This record gives sequence, C-alpha cells and structure tokens, in this order.
Amino acid sequence: MSGKSFLQKSGPLLLVAPLFLFICLFFIWPLGSVLTQSVSDNAVARLLPETAKVASSWDGQSAPAEGLQAAFVTDLRAATDEQAVGDMVRRLNSAQSGFRTLMSKTLKAVQDKPEGPIDLVALDRKWSQPQYWKAITDALSPTTDRYLLAAVDLMRNDAGEIISQPPKQTINVAIFGRTFWISATVTIFCVLLGYPYALLITVATGWKKQALLAAVLLPLWTSLLVRTAAWFILLQEQGLINSALMDLNIIADPLALIFNRTGVIIAMTHVSLPMMVLPIYSVLLTIPKNLMPAAASLGAHPLRAFVRVLLPLSFGGIAAGSLLVFMSAIGYYITPALIGGAGDQMISSFIAFHAQNSGNWGMASALGIVLLVVTIILYAVYERLATQRERSA
Amino acid sequence: MQVRPIGQPYPATEKGNGVAEFRIRFDGVSKYYGQQCVVDKLRLDIEKGEFVSLLGPSGSGKTTLLMMLAGFETATEGQILVDGYRVNDVPSHKRDMGVVFQNYALFPHMSVGANVAFPLQMRGISKAEIAGRVKTALDMVQLGALSERKPSQLSGGQQQRVALARALVFEPRVVLMDEPLGALDKNLREQMQLDIRALHQRLGLTIVFVTHDQGEALTMSDRIAVFNKGKIEQIGTPRQVYDEPATRFVAEFIGETNLIAGTVEVVEATSVTIRMNGGNIVRVAGTDGLAAGQAVSVSLRPERLSLTQVSGTDASLPGNTISATVTDCVYQGDHLRVQLTGAGDASYIVRLDRRSAEPQRGAQVTAFFSPEDCKVIAS
Repeated sequence: MSGKSFLQKSGPLLLVAPLFLFICLFFIWPLGSVLTQSVSDNAVARLLPETAKVASSWDGQSAPAEGLQAAFVTDLRAATDEQAVGDMVRRLNSAQSGFRTLMSKTLKAVQDKPEGPIDLVALDRKWSQPQYWKAITDALSPTTDRYLLAAVDLMRNDAGEIISQPPKQTINVAIFGRTFWISATVTIFCVLLGYPYALLITVATGWKKQALLAAVLLPLWTSLLVRTAAWFILLQEQGLINSALMDLNIIADPLALIFNRTGVIIAMTHVSLPMMVLPIYSVLLTIPKNLMPAAASLGAHPLRAFVRVLLPLSFGGIAAGSLLVFMSAIGYYITPALIGGAGDQMISSFIAFHAQNSGNWGMASALGIVLLVVTIILYAVYERLATQRERSA
Repeated sequence: MQVRPIGQPYPATEKGNGVAEFRIRFDGVSKYYGQQCVVDKLRLDIEKGEFVSLLGPSGSGKTTLLMMLAGFETATEGQILVDGYRVNDVPSHKRDMGVVFQNYALFPHMSVGANVAFPLQMRGISKAEIAGRVKTALDMVQLGALSERKPSQLSGGQQQRVALARALVFEPRVVLMDEPLGALDKNLREQMQLDIRALHQRLGLTIVFVTHDQGEALTMSDRIAVFNKGKIEQIGTPRQVYDEPATRFVAEFIGETNLIAGTVEVVEATSVTIRMNGGNIVRVAGTDGLAAGQAVSVSLRPERLSLTQVSGTDASLPGNTISATVTDCVYQGDHLRVQLTGAGDASYIVRLDRRSAEPQRGAQVTAFFSPEDCKVIAS
C-alpha cells in the first residue's frame, strides 16, 4: 500500500526527471565550469607541488632560499607533459614578461643535468630578482581573481592592491562600453520603430492585421545567420539599397552602409525588432478600446491623450521589450562580425577570440561572467517591473 | 464657475436671439458601413435641459447615433447641429460633451481624483480650482472619501459614479450616456436611475441616454425615441410611447401587449368599431384617419383588462367584452398573470391585481376594457 503511494508521489517527479537531467547536463554544469574556469589557476600549481610546499617559508622580498630553488628544479625535472609545461610558461609569462626566454633556458639546463642541484642564479641573473619568484608563488594558489579583474581592466600590484591596468593594456572596459552603447542604440531604435508598429497591429483588422503580424513573426522563424546574410547583401556598396538610391538619383556615390556602425545598428535593429513589437503588442491588446475615445471626449487632444493615457498604460510593454532587446543585443556575435568593421566588434567577439585563438580560457570565462552578471541584473530589473505591473493591474 | 470652452466652435445661444432653440439637431443624418445602412436619414431635435432616451434593440443604430454626436464616428450624410452650429467636422476633443461609457472607461493608472481632474487639466484650469471642483464632483456622487483609490479598487457601481462625476465635472454642453447601467445588478441599476434623474433635474443637464431597457427609458426620460433598423419609429413622452404606440414595433418593444388583428367596421365621430379576427366587435376611442375596411391591429395592455367569471356578453359590463377560456394562471408576487384563449384561438394575457381571486383553469370568463384603454395600430 505504501509502495503504491510512493509510486504515485514520485510519478510526476519521474516525468520531469529527463528535463531536470537535461538542464543539469547542458545548462548548470557548463555554467559551473565557466564559473570555475574564470577563477581557477592551476596551470602552475599542478606542475610545481614541491615548490608549493616550501613557498610559504619565503618572505617574498629577498632572493629565494636554496630550498625553494631546489624544490623548483625537482618539480621541473618531474614535469614531462609538454602541453602542461607550455601552459605554465604562458601563464607565468602573462604575469611577468621575460619568463618565456628565462624558462626555455632553465628547462634546457634541467634536461641537460638530470641529477643534483643546479645554480639557477648562475644560469640567469633574473633568478636573483624576487619578482620572478613572486610570479611563481602568486601563481601557486589554485584560485585567482586576476581574470575577473582583467575583464574590467583592473589588476593587483605587487602589494596586492587592486589598481587599474596601465592605459595601453586597457581594452575590455572600452569594449564593454561599446557593447552597451550599440545595444542601447539598437534598443532605442527598436522602441521608436516597434511601438508605432505594435499600435498599427492593434488597430488593424482582418487580413491587414494578419499580414502585419506575419511580417513580425516570419523573421523570428528565420535563422539569425540568414537574416544577417540578407542584410549583408542589401547593405553592400553595390547592394540593393545603394543601387536603388543611385538609380533614383537621390545619391551620387554609394553610402557607406556596411563594415561600419551604421550597418551593425540597422541589421541588429531589424533582427531584434520582433522582441520589441510582441511584448508591446500584447500589452496594447489588454488596454480597453474606449479609453482613447474617453480621453478625447474629456477634451484631450489625441497627442495629449496618447501621452497621458496610452503611453503610461503600455509602459510595461516598452520596458519588457527594451530589456529583452537589450539583453539579447549585448550578446550579439554573428551580426557585428559580418556587418561591422574592426571598431564595431562587441564583447562576444572577444570572448570567442580568447577561447578559440589565444586559448585563454580563464579570460574568456571571466568576460562571460561579467556579461552574465549584467544580464542577470537587467533581468532582475525586468522582473521587478513586471511584478509591479501585475500588482497595479 | 465658468468652464473655458475647448476651442470655440459654437458660442452659447439662448432662446429668442434668432438662432434655433434646440440644443442638438440631427438633420437627415445617415451612416453607412459599406453598403449596410445603420442610421437612415434620421431627424431628431433635442432641447436644452431635456433628457432624451434612445431606445431600441441592439443593431438599431442608437449607439451609432450617439457615437456620431460624440465625434467618434462620422456621419455619411446629413448634418449634426449643436446650438445651431454644424459640428460634423469638429473633432471630439473640441465638442465639449461629457460621455459616460458602458464599461466606465476610467483610466486604470490614475486615482479616482486624477480621473475626475483629467478634463479640467485638459482645459488648463489652475490646480487650486481643480482640487475644489474635483471634491465637489465626487461629493455629488457620494465618493468624496475615495478619491485616492484606484478604479480597480472600487465596485462596479462606484466606478460608474466616478465616470459620471468625470463626465459632469467640466460642465459640458450635453452629457451622452451609452448604456451606462448595463453592467450593474438590478437593485443598483434602479438606484442609479433615480440618482441620474435627480442630477438631471438639479443641474438642468441636457442628457442623451442610450439604452435597450424599456423600463429604464420609461423611468428616466423626458422623451423617448424608439429606434428600429436605423429609423425612429416613434418619439414622445414615456406616457405617449406606452399608451399610444404609433407602430406595432413600438407596442411590442415597450412593455407587454396583446396585439389583436382585425378590420375597421365603422368609423364614427370620436371612435371606430373594429371586427377582430374571431368575431368579437370592439369599440376604440380615436379615429386616427382610419377608413372602413382597413386591416388594423388593436394593442391592448394586459393590465388594462379586467375579468369577470360571468360567461357570455353582459350588457351591464362597461365598454368592450371578450368571452374567453382561462388556459393558465400564474401568481407572480405583485400580480396575477392570466392567459386566456378566445374565439378564433386568439390568446390574451391579462394582469390582475394580486388580491384578485385566482380563476380556475378551464373556467369560462369575460374580459372587458374601455374604448380609451386600447389603441389601434395600422398594420
């Protein structure tokens, strides 16, 4: 009897189990690994276990003691995985320039002399300078905030304080700024185009309404890549738009519409428009039809009636649409990559660059985390607005 | 407290200055949706201070007419005059008419007070004055204490009173009401009918009131215009449209009636004699240009009929008599509803006083009524 009731209770749970597993496997686990990746720093620590044991005995100021040097040599002799050694060297070099040559010299010496102590200082005078040893001991900790700090152009100085990076190396804040700026511009254009369009769908009837709705929905069912490629064709120098304008003698020379900011904003606005139109339309549908006539009968000019009545009542839709557009726009990758120039690449391009070209997974993850945090904050704002609207409705 | 008019399409006019005395005139107004005629060359004058109900079934054009007056619809042909000035092309926000909608049409994002202040703000009235007038208007509908509430926090009746206050606060030239009480329950509706009527009398408002409820129209109106298929079948006081229906439609739409077909037998000086189908001969007051041999209907209100248990014609009974058999009798609380079948299978409904003795089913009775209590309708 109790067995049956257990089955009855667990039945619904079993039904959702596949979904739950799917979410764990393809959402929570990758997200967790990205999070871990952005703060993990074991490229050095896993090859230098002996060094790690004695590192705490060093004061970090003077030239390192014999014990530390000997442990370091022991670890280098034990390290046979070339890939891992390469990762370690890259990691150390990124913390302290000059490590690449220093390490290749040292590794060669270690290979040449498989037994007994090696005088590192004699091998290279750099080993007498504490900053090189500091780079190693800093890198021994399995977690680090250097990627997260670097993602927003910050770093730690020798004393461990957070300072901004030297001006020549700052790029991420500028890229984030550009990303938000492009996204905000696209959002504004989407509001300006999407609101009147949603209003038009609301008042249209019959086949006109169906046609207007289809014009919004069809692009949604088309691949983003296809839509972007279409804009590529439309916007190019000999493209449809330029040739049409030139045939009509409106312009003499083709407009620069592609590989620049203009093209990116045109294409992104088009691609994002459905996400603006649909929430506004759904809110407009809920507004009683007789409010605008009522406002008119009370003496409100149509424009004033719009500002006082329709706009405030549809504000929830505008907010929802704007957040949807903005949140998706900050993650755009394909459209800027195809339509934009070098100066129009958004943060996603740089994440891809770090992940694919330079193999700097820590940096890629950290940039991704910053993007994720911004998106979550925006989503929280959206939720708040949405619940407020529900409460007042 | 003079309201500054929005725009000035028409100055106020008074009687005797050469301009027409009516406030509103529909002059041959038609409205077509495609080929479909909704309002057909309609003429109607409404005087200042008058309460006119537009009564009719749905689709009879009464609401369309109101919407044209408010400026939400345009007339296909004809003129709409307000105080002697053509307003066909005046946009609704300049017409200075208060409209009360069926579903209240309150602005849900504004408080009750802000809703009522809205028309005053649109007229650029100072804040201090607005506050005073909003309070006066809300007190008038007994909602002074609720001005901070949102409309969604009010009951249906309260919302309707806010809508009323909002439509009256700017002292419009005319107040238009589109089935404003339709969504309220019966008791509340009857209370609101009396409230609106009292406001009309106290403030001297000109009100055009659309309804499909004949009881509502009878209760509230100075005059009732009965609509059917885009035309006015009859316009008159409640007493006129009830007691002297001009057409079969009016007789059937307003109140309950027995319509008996017959032929005019003799036309005399002040009355006519009619042979009803089934053989009964009745005398009806008034001649109305009837001619002998004309086919007509006689409208006989159920409460104007009396019954006696005596069967057959009895010379002692006043006026007209009809012999019939009782087929049903239902006690309805305030009256007895008796169904009769007379000669020629004609059936009659009779309303008796609740204290009358209930006639037995199958009993032979005689129904009698005076010549003044029925009305001949040409058919």
